[in-house]
Amino acid sequence: MIAMTSWFTAESLPFVWFTLIGCLLTGYLILDGFDLGVGVLHLIVPKDETERRLSVNSIGPLWDGNEVWLVTFGGALFAMFPYAYATAFPAFYTAFILLLFALIFRAVSMEFRGKMHSKLGRRMWDVGFGIGSLLAAFLFGVAGGNVVSGLELNERGDYTGSLMDQLSPYPLTCGLLIVLLFTLHGAIFLYMKLTGDYQQRIANAAKVSWVLFAIVYGIVTIWTLASVPRATENFADVPALWLIPAFNVAMVGLTGWMVWQRFAFAAFLCNAGSIASMVILLAAALFPNLINATDPAMNLRIVDAASSTRTLTIGLIVVGIGLPFVLIYTTIIYWTFRGKTRLESHSY
Amino acid sequence: MELFAALDTVLLSRLQFALTIMFHYLFPPLTIGLGVVLVYLGLRYVMTGDRLFRDAQKFWTKIYALNFAMGVSTGIVMEFEFGTNWSVYSEFVGDVFGSALAAEGIFAFFLESGFLAVLVFGWDRVGPKMHLFSTMMVSLGSIFSAVWIVAANSWQQTPAGHHIVPVYRRGEPWVVDGELMMRAEITDFWAMVFNPTTVIRLTHTLTGAFIVGGSLVASVGAWYLLKNRHIEFARRSLNGGLIVMTIGAFTAAATGHLQAKITYAYQPAKMAAYEGHFETGPGHLTVFGIPDVKNETVRYDLSIPRAYSFLLKEDLNAEIVGLDRFAPEDRPPIWIPFVTYRVMVGIGTYLIVLSIVAVVFRLRNKLYTHRPLLFLFVITVFLSLIANHGGWVACEVGRQPWIVHPPLQWTGGEPGVGDVVVDETGVVQYDETQGLRTTDAVSKAISGEQVLGSLIGFGLIYGLLFIVWITVLHQKIQKGPDISEDADTSSASVEDLLDISSSRVSHSKHMIEPNGGSGA
Repeated sequence: MIAMTSWFTAESLPFVWFTLIGCLLTGYLILDGFDLGVGVLHLIVPKDETERRLSVNSIGPLWDGNEVWLVTFGGALFAMFPYAYATAFPAFYTAFILLLFALIFRAVSMEFRGKMHSKLGRRMWDVGFGIGSLLAAFLFGVAGGNVVSGLELNERGDYTGSLMDQLSPYPLTCGLLIVLLFTLHGAIFLYMKLTGDYQQRIANAAKVSWVLFAIVYGIVTIWTLASVPRATENFADVPALWLIPAFNVAMVGLTGWMVWQRFAFAAFLCNAGSIASMVILLAAALFPNLINATDPAMNLRIVDAASSTRTLTIGLIVVGIGLPFVLIYTTIIYWTFRGKTRLESHSY
Repeated sequence: MELFAALDTVLLSRLQFALTIMFHYLFPPLTIGLGVVLVYLGLRYVMTGDRLFRDAQKFWTKIYALNFAMGVSTGIVMEFEFGTNWSVYSEFVGDVFGSALAAEGIFAFFLESGFLAVLVFGWDRVGPKMHLFSTMMVSLGSIFSAVWIVAANSWQQTPAGHHIVPVYRRGEPWVVDGELMMRAEITDFWAMVFNPTTVIRLTHTLTGAFIVGGSLVASVGAWYLLKNRHIEFARRSLNGGLIVMTIGAFTAAATGHLQAKITYAYQPAKMAAYEGHFETGPGHLTVFGIPDVKNETVRYDLSIPRAYSFLLKEDLNAEIVGLDRFAPEDRPPIWIPFVTYRVMVGIGTYLIVLSIVAVVFRLRNKLYTHRPLLFLFVITVFLSLIANHGGWVACEVGRQPWIVHPPLQWTGGEPGVGDVVVDETGVVQYDETQGLRTTDAVSKAISGEQVLGSLIGFGLIYGLLFIVWITVLHQKIQKGPDISEDADTSSASVEDLLDISSSRVSHSKHMIEPNGGSGA
């Protein structure tokens, strides 16, 4: 079809795509992470209507583009790893339907809140925005925790466990971890977008979020090392992989330092680095599987989950053509809406 | 729990998909149609400097943004449901269908959602030309989106560019409970994208979207004229909307006709369900009737003899394949396609008549004051939306019992020529391995209880959203456009041009302002 370089062979393509969907997931978590976090903070920090509007408008032009990373991640998973998609989505049926409700609610809340004439109506959509964001972040964490610890799958790749199995303490703690991570991320983002007294309170919120996040981060780390043996199997085989958690810990620490120094942009980058290294950790823990099963014989391997070589190649061409454009106009949009958030006549 | 065990996941999942996609499908035609209107208004503003175009664009952008937010948030649901509810389908088609969906994400969604930010929030941040460019990109993005999703859907109706092959696991053919697992794999990407029905269905779908956009603009214009408000804005809106509707109505009829022919060639059972054509033979065009599925006839049949034969074959005596060529388990349900198809065609005919009458009144300068006609325009936008839904529902229910339709053979050698090839019992024998039945496509890992729960959840949330959407839409239209003081001049004056140039200067000043110069 096209002249492939020696990197892209029939054998390597599934792993190239494993890396690419990891990048899409990372892009999504870094970008939508801050606007979900702004939503969580919306429940607590803003004191009056102006502050609430500033919060909502800080992400107003951005959230939609951020969410497209999730849509594209889902589409890419469907296209390139249909068996992983067909295993994970029914397995997390209830969680994902709730996730959809949460995402719908927070999206329309932003659009509708400003159009309410009554204070009560506005507060209702404010709560919808906050709870929707909180729930979405939490569910991502719960799903991630379950993927790490392994799903009960049968030979057909169908989930045989119950909903309650997914709500065991470990994934729930992972859910809390992601909520705090996003809250921290959102606070750092808001700090860059705000001024004055509101910015000061957000700075405090960022500190509190970092402390809480660091505590839960420590708990989850110890828990994973102690009682989720599957997660560390690869690390025993390839000790160099320990560099990833080391980098992760360094990023978490640096983020905290930058938050206290009020180097907001540097803190944002460090936290983004922390999110990225968490996805790499997840990938390192799963490899060579895409989904871990409780019974290792039922693991869904990357190569077995993948589409045909032709489709993986077509996908690569699509990404090769499309991604530069995506990066160019993402940059244009963030550049256009750089600087402090202002309330204008067209704002939410 | 025993009560729930009896719940049918297939039926519930179908109901849920129908609910969520029909609710979602309110918004894409509105945004695709309005997007083109926004591009037109932006273009006219940049060309003429007439402020009324700018004011109109701002007004429609608010309505556009509202519909867009609804469209995006209800659209993600579809992508999730392919996995949550229809995972066997996803496994079967992922290699083919997934590519189109991923292309939609990369090429369409990023484009429209990115530039939407500039379109909606960028009025004071970028110049008119950059704003126009962003508007064009958003509109282009929404049309791209239609291209990919219609291509993917068409592939389910008329699959091409693929082959069905065994799935491999750990290097061996994958067998579960003695059954060899198969899937569709792409052999030719462009043959998949441009499968036999893509182009005609896309043209028809986009025409439907443009009609909805045109009807909405005309409807709001007519409403202001009835209320005697924003007269100049209202007249131009009605005029512009009318032009789009007129062209659209005729194009829809032409593309619809071509689509009927191609549907007959590839899915004759679907076409027979549309027409209630039970018995193979000369086809009559039923204008009104009540299909009696049990006795295989249409009651109270008011039809034009042999018109159906003529429309499909340009031959009054042509034999048209009926439902009798298909085994009962291979027939689509009759009622829903029969009724929804008639709703679409009926409203389409009404649109043609309304457009012709309105154009005649317009030419005689009587349109803007003819209250009954204006009233018809106010309600026509709802009819246009219903026609879009009717066509879509007819098409999707008519595909049943297949989620991926297998091919069939014709005695004439090519699709639609002669009669369908039947077995010794006189019915078509589909190659089951080449298609997928809807009943086999549902996820095995989900319970009826779960799907019932999510169905109720969607019902409640969408019900609430629908009420709020209509209320906010009504408020925005009630409030109307903010017309600038100097906007009633119909062409660019020197002052207008000065205005624009001064706004450009202030814009560029703004661009070099230090960040946060005007923080709250």
